[in-house]
Amino acid sequence: MYDVVIVGAGIIGTFIARELSRYDLKILLLDKENDVSNGTTKANTAIIHAGFDAPYNSKMGYFNVRGNPMFDKICHELDVPFKRVGSLVLAFDEEDLRTLEKLYENGSKSGVTQMEILDGEEAQQIEANISKKVKGALYAKTAGIIGPWELAIALAENAMENGVDLRLNTEVMDVTRLNDGYSIVTNKGNIMSKILINCAGVHADKLNNMVSNNRFKIIPKKGQYFLLDKTVGNLVNKIIFQCPTDRGKGIVVTPTVHGNLIIGPDSEIIEEKEDTATESHRLKFIRQVAEKSVPNIPFDHVITTFAGVRAEPDTGDFIIEEAEDSPGFINVAGIKSPGLSASPAIAEYVVNLVKEIYGSIKEKNFNPFRKRVIRFAKLSDEEKDELIKKDHRYGNIICRCETITEGEIIDAIHRKAGATTVDGVKRRARPGSGRCQGGFCLPRVMELLAREKNKNMEEILKDGLGSYILTGRTK
Amino acid sequence: MNYDLVVIGGGPAGLAAAISARRKGIKDILIIERDRELGGILNQCIHNGFGLHLFKKELTGPEYAKCFIDEVRELNIDYKLNTFVLDIDDKKELSVINSRDGFFKIQAKAIILAMGCRERPRGAINIPGSRPSGIFTAGTAQRLINMEGYMVGKKAVILGSGDIGLIMARRLTLEGAKVEAVAEIMPYPNGLNRNIVQCLEDFNIPLLLEHTVIEIKGKDRLEGVILAKVDENRSVIRGTEKYIECDTLILSVGLIPENELSKSAGIEIDPLTFGPIVDESLETSIKGIFACGNVLHVHDLVDNVTLEAYKAGEKAAEYIKKTSKERVLKTKKVKLYPGNGIRYVLPQYVNIDDLDNNLKLFFRVNDIYRDIEILIESNGSLIKKIKKNQVFPSQMESITLDKKLLTEIDQEILINVK
Repeated sequence: MYDVVIVGAGIIGTFIARELSRYDLKILLLDKENDVSNGTTKANTAIIHAGFDAPYNSKMGYFNVRGNPMFDKICHELDVPFKRVGSLVLAFDEEDLRTLEKLYENGSKSGVTQMEILDGEEAQQIEANISKKVKGALYAKTAGIIGPWELAIALAENAMENGVDLRLNTEVMDVTRLNDGYSIVTNKGNIMSKILINCAGVHADKLNNMVSNNRFKIIPKKGQYFLLDKTVGNLVNKIIFQCPTDRGKGIVVTPTVHGNLIIGPDSEIIEEKEDTATESHRLKFIRQVAEKSVPNIPFDHVITTFAGVRAEPDTGDFIIEEAEDSPGFINVAGIKSPGLSASPAIAEYVVNLVKEIYGSIKEKNFNPFRKRVIRFAKLSDEEKDELIKKDHRYGNIICRCETITEGEIIDAIHRKAGATTVDGVKRRARPGSGRCQGGFCLPRVMELLAREKNKNMEEILKDGLGSYILTGRTK
Repeated sequence: MNYDLVVIGGGPAGLAAAISARRKGIKDILIIERDRELGGILNQCIHNGFGLHLFKKELTGPEYAKCFIDEVRELNIDYKLNTFVLDIDDKKELSVINSRDGFFKIQAKAIILAMGCRERPRGAINIPGSRPSGIFTAGTAQRLINMEGYMVGKKAVILGSGDIGLIMARRLTLEGAKVEAVAEIMPYPNGLNRNIVQCLEDFNIPLLLEHTVIEIKGKDRLEGVILAKVDENRSVIRGTEKYIECDTLILSVGLIPENELSKSAGIEIDPLTFGPIVDESLETSIKGIFACGNVLHVHDLVDNVTLEAYKAGEKAAEYIKKTSKERVLKTKKVKLYPGNGIRYVLPQYVNIDDLDNNLKLFFRVNDIYRDIEILIESNGSLIKKIKKNQVFPSQMESITLDKKLLTEIDQEILINVK
């Protein structure tokens, strides 16, 4: 019997697991995928919003503004890349300028600090490559860029270090309410828990409806993106927004913590909850809108296009509460944008809900720190030499574009919540994310995964469960 | 650590360059290879057709490589395997790592760049759709099949008609997979004619010219692609889209010389070849650093790589043997330009006073041309004219200019198709 079972190991589920691991509780984190962070968390704009956009009287606004200042500490503790680069909302006409005023006012009411409305010239001065047609901008210094999947992976790893169990490839099929908790039927057997927390992302409505009669609906909304090469990553140095419309916050142009440039997303309601295909007409639209903000984007430097699906609740706001008719069942659902920005504050709030349910919970020894996989390429010459002499596997380069060694990949595989797939290794140690996109290192990474996990080469997956790479031996 | 000559890369270019420098009397040579064995990409090219021009016989890739590996061993040339050059500086000092020696520096009198090239990935051609498994560049698929011994799929579409793609069409077929089609966006194939015949026509694999893949389907594993015809501007013609079910997409959409190290040393790169700018000695913009093989420009035949590398080795040897006083600044440096119909020309510069006897120019055309003349001109006057029945972008062309023809030249040289 678990004290808490958390369904869904995205940013919200991993964050809650990590914060609850401070206490004397038996906790299980479940995910139907073969890696943590494999849903919305791995495909989004990767930014931490200042918080002026979401209505001040909404949960989105409340948790965003409360969550934003919490990132410095968490990213320091977990060694996750995060930079407060600031953001600009650009205005192109009188109406936009009025929108800036409204955003400023809404932000002030929410408690956002360090905002400033700039005129066009001032905006150009701090961001040289934006359009000359910009009439003004809302500058928010507290906005930042982050590695979202790095954070979720680090949270999961740290939670496990502090005693949380993680079960992947485990899908919830049904839930039965017991006297003192829930029986969770999964494809891997039954699990009992006193408290059940629903962090199932785009599938949160399905899980809720297995338990509670208070129904809600999650509408999957797809957003598509361009990712550009590092050589053009410094085209802008802040997060560049346009004025929000009823169709979303508009297309963003932003650097990433890895030094690339990200452009997107659009917003489109879709049928299939896991449809992450990009489409040329959508990409064309994104490109046109982005060029309004930054006219000279070198689209010939696109490395890849991708899409993420956001969980839009039909209630219009985050759903973060214990279901009225189901004690001990906590929904953390409809965590659309600014969900990532809100995640630390949401986790804090959910911990308090759990405390309330139990009356009180005891704190235990907790190690808040975790170090990421060494980045060999960033070490000094002496450090490189020392590391190789200590562990010769750091002298074996696997990914030549990003200079990533066997040692780094082995570390990514063997850690808690470690990589089991080629893309899982890529998310943790970045081989294959360079210029050749894995052309040279794919066979080597597969070989290491097979060797370290004691598997056949044919069993190695690219990413999701059906993503086999090889179809058998040659004749 | 000090060496007279460090050769970066132990593929066909690096091996031949080292051999040639040794034959010219350089004793102190080191070849650095990042892979587990010498031979480079030749090791995965188990088909034959190598060496036709040089040895007048058809060898497989590994056989061709073996000739040179054996000679490197006979000549007692040092080499380090599994060894990676992190950085070169403009003083010819290399930062190197491997598992055994850790991090170390090597000071070289001369360096030969022979790092080869890499394949353009999917991102470079930006096909929308999903991101399933089952999409491989041709070389990666070739490595998995020929070196690791695993099949990559059962039903394949090949995008791009580069030589490795064509070779892989045949290889996949021989391994029991069905190759549905080879799609090429241009109106002419990108690979050699002999490969079109031997790898496609002999196996009834359709070559769809002016076709491209416009969408990828399948969530986890590739399930199919949408092919469409393009017009003369390479834009998709609406209504020509057709879905082809397949679990594998092989990309053969071009090779790019791998010059990150060259750039780290500050060597000037030609935006047309993506390789270093060199003179008639294959010397780059940094004195004593030479380049040859696919790192310099993408070759059609390995035989041509070998010949080029012999020359680089020879010239590097001459450079090493000269005292610093003899390494005077070369005089009368003339630039060569690709003109009408020419994609690139190599070398980009010639030091006319330093020419041994004649100058061999290499170039590629940018389209198929028939019954044309290649004109070499300078300052409005014709230096040489050559008639050609047919030229293809897939084939490297060459013209030899006698030194006598060049002595009078002091302006830029232009090569045109007429």
